Amino acid sequence: MESIPYEHGLILAAILFSCGLVGVLTRRNIVFVLMSLEVMLNACGLAFVVASARWGHADGQIMFMMILTLAAAEVAVGLGLIIQMYRRYHTVDISVLSEMKG
Amino acid sequence: MILLFYLAAAFAIVATIFVITSAHVVHALVYLIISLLAVAVIFFVLGAPFAAMLEAIVYAGAIMVLFLFVMMMLNLGQATENEERSWLRPRVWLVPALMILILLGQLVFVLWQQQTDMTPVEVGVRKLSILLYGPYLLAVELASMLLLAGLISAYHVARK
Repeated sequence: MESIPYEHGLILAAILFSCGLVGVLTRRNIVFVLMSLEVMLNACGLAFVVASARWGHADGQIMFMMILTLAAAEVAVGLGLIIQMYRRYHTVDISVLSEMKG
Repeated sequence: MILLFYLAAAFAIVATIFVITSAHVVHALVYLIISLLAVAVIFFVLGAPFAAMLEAIVYAGAIMVLFLFVMMMLNLGQATENEERSWLRPRVWLVPALMILILLGQLVFVLWQQQTDMTPVEVGVRKLSILLYGPYLLAVELASMLLLAGLISAYHVARK
């Protein structure tokens, strides 16, 4: 098996994370914000797996599984909140949520 | 193997850029699935077949299907797409993108200084499960509690 530079995997994770961060900062549709959060979590998982491959340990993959669990729980709650928001305001624009009133 | 890594990396980056720039939610979801599958291929190349399978089954399978179901429930029409296009003007995304590009440039600069070659060793499901049910047993239990809490709160929040 040929060798892959370890840093290239980390650079890939950094690029994916930055793409997700741009999405979180620029999009106003809450569904896109949630999807960008998924991209960022996935990039973190990629960095963990790359590190686990670098040292030949399984610990990084276990941390990836924890991130997977976290992402699943977060998406379930986030999508529930999106449904509730759409029921109340009939829009997916996050700027309608700027008022902290009941 | 090394060619597969770079090919999948290019696929992942291009698909992710399409995710954050497309105006239609379902198109963005399909691009996100492509990106996640490309990352699964990278996991496979890096000698983590179990993580690759989990990525394909849980991320590209379950979580994306959840997104798709919610999109079907919301039934967003053409109006939302037009609104989305009007929000995607350069003056909205140019400054954040530039700042994050600087941040990314710094990260790449730091990582580019050294080149450590690694030969991936396959870490199979056997080694992983011995660790999961040994030193990480408490973490597994806590993950199950987290999933249960997520299930209950999702049910409670999305109720009418």
